[in-house]
Amino acid sequence: MEIKVMANILDKNDQIANHVHHRLSGQGIFVLNLMGSPGSGKTSLLEQTIAALKEEIHIAVIEGDLFTSKDAERIEGHGVPVIQINTGGGCHLDADMVQSVLDRLDLDKLDLIVIENVGNLVCPAEFNIGEDVKVTVLSITEGEDKPLKYPLIFKQASAVVLNKTDLLPYTSFNMQAAVEDITSLNPHVTLLPVSCRTGEGLTVWYDWLKEQVAAKKQLKAVNAACK
Amino acid sequence: MAIAQGILDIALNTAAQNDATKILRVSLLVGQLTEIEPASLRFCFTALAADTPAAGAELEVTVVPLTGRCRDCGGEFAIDHYRFYCPECNSAAVEILSGRELKVEHLEVE
Ligand SMILES: Nc1nc2c(ncn2[C@@H]2O[C@H](COP(=O)(O)OP(=O)(O)OP(=O)(O)O)[C@@H](O)[C@H]2O)c(=O)[nH]1
Ligand SMILES: [Mg+2]
Ligand SMILES: [Zn+2]
Repeated sequence: MEIKVMANILDKNDQIANHVHHRLSGQGIFVLNLMGSPGSGKTSLLEQTIAALKEEIHIAVIEGDLFTSKDAERIEGHGVPVIQINTGGGCHLDADMVQSVLDRLDLDKLDLIVIENVGNLVCPAEFNIGEDVKVTVLSITEGEDKPLKYPLIFKQASAVVLNKTDLLPYTSFNMQAAVEDITSLNPHVTLLPVSCRTGEGLTVWYDWLKEQVAAKKQLKAVNAACK
Repeated sequence: MAIAQGILDIALNTAAQNDATKILRVSLLVGQLTEIEPASLRFCFTALAADTPAAGAELEVTVVPLTGRCRDCGGEFAIDHYRFYCPECNSAAVEILSGRELKVEHLEVE
């Protein structure tokens, strides 16, 4: 016997992601899903961002990692709340993992939650975790062919951070080709070349992020006024 | 692995609702713009399905090509090389029509 099903495989995850998003939106918290290859510089970008913005913006971090708490310890050193999620070998975070740690954050006091996903260009792109935006970090040393090899993660990103620009003179990375491929895949993306080593380009990233956080706050105020 | 588990859950629930005792085939629709690799998906599915009514079931994957629609001129077209610009008017206002599917389409059971 043949049974017609037509069920979305990721439905359950998407439903939980919607709950998470709804709950955090109600608090006016902007949620960023930070993705990218292992070693692309996600934690480095976060450390710089926290150091630069923690007086202006109340930030908390959720760290997804296969087995260790190394990244969480680095973030903890900057004095912001951080929660570790170990996926026990799982190659991505899912919405349920994020939902299950939310009660451990003091949500009344937060403007921004950054969720550092497991370093991986493949699976994280398929799983919504309640974020407002996805940001993908691509480092110069990975090569400019990555966007078209792993198109989904670059298509889903609101912003792509091109990190390690300090290494451009030492690599054959073709910046023009990278920019062309990413914008052809994702014409509305914000491209942010930065170096977490020298600080080059980081203020543009901070401004972009501050604008997103402010817009989220404003949306909450508008929603409250219209109730 | 999580996706294979999602497929198995849907297959087992649907089979149970239809009083089926054995799942012979699970047919999937998988969009071109997904990060699914059929061989590794089959491997995970087979491992998870052992000792369930889906043990030994065949996983049939139909790839759905990536197509788009231009919001400016209304044109519909295949999206080649992940180029999200309208081939007619060069607009960047291109929405995805197909290619993001991750669906269990139907089951063959007994
Ligand atoms: N030269 C240079 N090195 C950098 C830059 N940003 C990060 N790194 C180095 O790249 C390495 C990896 O950085 P991380 O921040 O740990 O990368 P990650 O993406 O968090 O890595 P995982 O969490 O393991 O996936 C570290 O040795 C950093 O010091 C940069 O802009 N320039
Ligand atoms: Mg890290
Ligand atoms: Zn057009």
